[in-house]
Amino acid sequence: MSISQIIDGKRVIVKKPELLAPAGNLEKLKVAVHYGADAVFIGGQEYGLRSNADNFTLEEMAEGVQFAKKYGAKIYVTTNIYAHNENIPGLEDYLRGLERVGVHGIIVADPLIIETARRVAPKLEVHLSTQQSLTNWKAVQFWKEEGLERVVLARETSAEEIREIKEKVDIEIETFIHGAMCIAYSGRCVLSNHMTARDSNRGGCCQSCRWDYDLYKLEGDQAMALFDENDDPFAMSPKDLNLIQSIPKMIELGIDSLKIEGRMKSIHYVATVVSVYRKVIDAYCADPDNFVIRKEWLDELDKCANRDTAPAFFEGVPGYKEQMFGVHSKKTTYDFVGLVLDYDKQTGIVTLQQRNFFKPGDEVEFFGPEIENFTQVIEKIWDEEGNELDAARHPLQIVRFKVDREVFPYNMMRKGH
Amino acid sequence: MKKPELLVTPTDVAHIEQLAQAGANAVIIGEQRYGLRLAGEFSRQDIIDAMHVARKYGVRVYVAMNALFHNDKVDELSDYVRFLSEQQVDAIVFGDPAVLMTVREVAPHMKLHWNTETTATNWYACNYWGRKGAKRAVLARELNMEEIIDIKKHAEVEIEVQVHGMTCMFQSKRSLIGNYFEYQGKFMEVQQMKYAKGLFLYDKERDNKYPIFEDENGTHIMSPNDICIIDELEDMIDAEIDSFKIDGVLHEPDYITEVTKLYRRAIDLCTENREQYEEEKGELLARIEAIQPKHRPLDTGFFFKETVY
Ligand code: SF4
Repeated sequence: MSISQIIDGKRVIVKKPELLAPAGNLEKLKVAVHYGADAVFIGGQEYGLRSNADNFTLEEMAEGVQFAKKYGAKIYVTTNIYAHNENIPGLEDYLRGLERVGVHGIIVADPLIIETARRVAPKLEVHLSTQQSLTNWKAVQFWKEEGLERVVLARETSAEEIREIKEKVDIEIETFIHGAMCIAYSGRCVLSNHMTARDSNRGGCCQSCRWDYDLYKLEGDQAMALFDENDDPFAMSPKDLNLIQSIPKMIELGIDSLKIEGRMKSIHYVATVVSVYRKVIDAYCADPDNFVIRKEWLDELDKCANRDTAPAFFEGVPGYKEQMFGVHSKKTTYDFVGLVLDYDKQTGIVTLQQRNFFKPGDEVEFFGPEIENFTQVIEKIWDEEGNELDAARHPLQIVRFKVDREVFPYNMMRKGH
Repeated sequence: MKKPELLVTPTDVAHIEQLAQAGANAVIIGEQRYGLRLAGEFSRQDIIDAMHVARKYGVRVYVAMNALFHNDKVDELSDYVRFLSEQQVDAIVFGDPAVLMTVREVAPHMKLHWNTETTATNWYACNYWGRKGAKRAVLARELNMEEIIDIKKHAEVEIEVQVHGMTCMFQSKRSLIGNYFEYQGKFMEVQQMKYAKGLFLYDKERDNKYPIFEDENGTHIMSPNDICIIDELEDMIDAEIDSFKIDGVLHEPDYITEVTKLYRRAIDLCTENREQYEEEKGELLARIEAIQPKHRPLDTGFFFKETVY
């Protein structure tokens, strides 16, 4: 299938990639779908990495599937641990449950789970997880012959390598475009097993790669420091992935699914990242030959970033500038302060759920899929009973105040600092 | 009683002879272009020479092709496999399915050992790769004794377990040592330091030293201690584990030879004269402790450790 066609004298992209977003809970799932994700990946109570994320029960999955259906979106469930013997009992029931509630597919690394799913829950699509660290076309060919619908490539593959894989093997390809990532080949890091007795390949990773170490060299029995007193210690913390500039190239390569990482992230993060990539993908596909990246998209992405970002392997093997030494995280520039529940067009009063402190006089920004970003200075704030407040202090408190332009449920309000 | 194979890692061709005399049954060799974290670098000519020595002593030779391959090396895999097949090596060790596909195409009778280092964690996966053509699975080091024995009970393939030496904790494609020197502005030192021997990371909180090195496959970080279970072999011998591996990566040849001798004695005693083994095993352990390099404490790996997640 060709990627683009000439329609009415203009080239347009006819093979639009799926935008795949993470969701750590039902609220995040709804936000991701509402903000434009074509598909969402979630974790269940078992068999997924991220054992400390607040994962979905089967009932919540069922509700998520129903919600997504209204938007034509799909739900995938990560079941990508490398299982130990003790994880085998219960697997069949779990997979049957996923099939029953209507999830579209599962993301899997362990052949145990691949074959069990085929046998007991054949309606589930099976996607090979990045935990398998797939780096070449011949390995992709192997998994195609095993009957998988899709593979997620290793984060270490470059644009050129993906092009060759696409040319040689006819299978859906999913790659990461945004978010935190392992600095090791996925599935090949057991630092946490050794340092904290937590199994990283079953979701117990403690991000030991983000810690500082001192580098020494043994000379006979003596250890010589390879750093001076004032040097930053040895670190291997990678900057977060950010491929916004490469989206056009990825679309032209015919990559089938573009994946955002971050099931632990807030709804503000999910909404912001999904909406920016939604705009980039839509704008490029509508008119690829006149496409330019708009500065406001880059600025928007920055509003939810809590680490510096870089393009990593897609554009070649990353060097030292794509790692972080010394200070590891940058402060976010914006706080998420409120979620719109309702808006009265007659009175111009918004009903909003507080998510962080704000008060009269603050300048805030609204954003969402139905509106262009705009700023607003907050005047009087009332509670649900109509009492005037000196500030919105309480998490999840319902408050009302005047907003000059129309806003919609699920729109978000953020505040710079 | 069935004796497990004693599998060791020579540093060069001459070392194979010493290891054979020390009681090794099999060796694993190869080059970093195709294999991961080897004790020595063996060119094609070295492999030819190694086969001569090994045949003379009746030692089996396994060749490592367990790297993670990118497209650029896929085409040359068949040439290497063909070469190994002509030399009649006893098995190829693989992790990447690209190797399995290549062997099916050009040397379908070649024996395969599945070894990804970290992902052989349950018996089903071992048997899966067995159905795809592997004759042996090399278990992840992060399993405990009970899990290992349970895998063996259900396994339709041979099971190999590492009983001694350091293990890999981490592999990155990035040049992490080189990057650190570049970050410090020491551009002149990058090439020289990147491949330097004896580098380690010091973890203050745990007072651990993790060996770190770079090669063609990226950056590797190794465990702070050497596994040693020379005095805990009974259960695995009773379970008829097929192969015990001593990994000598980053160790001196004489050390590897000595350790091989001691494990030879331990395995022989444990299978032939259990009482004598019980009596002597403490001393065998003490003899390893005596030759252990100062910076490499011994421990029992994950054999008796509880891991959570
Ligand atoms: S320690 Fe770092 S590299 Fe290793 S699994 Fe965790 S996040 Fe990935």
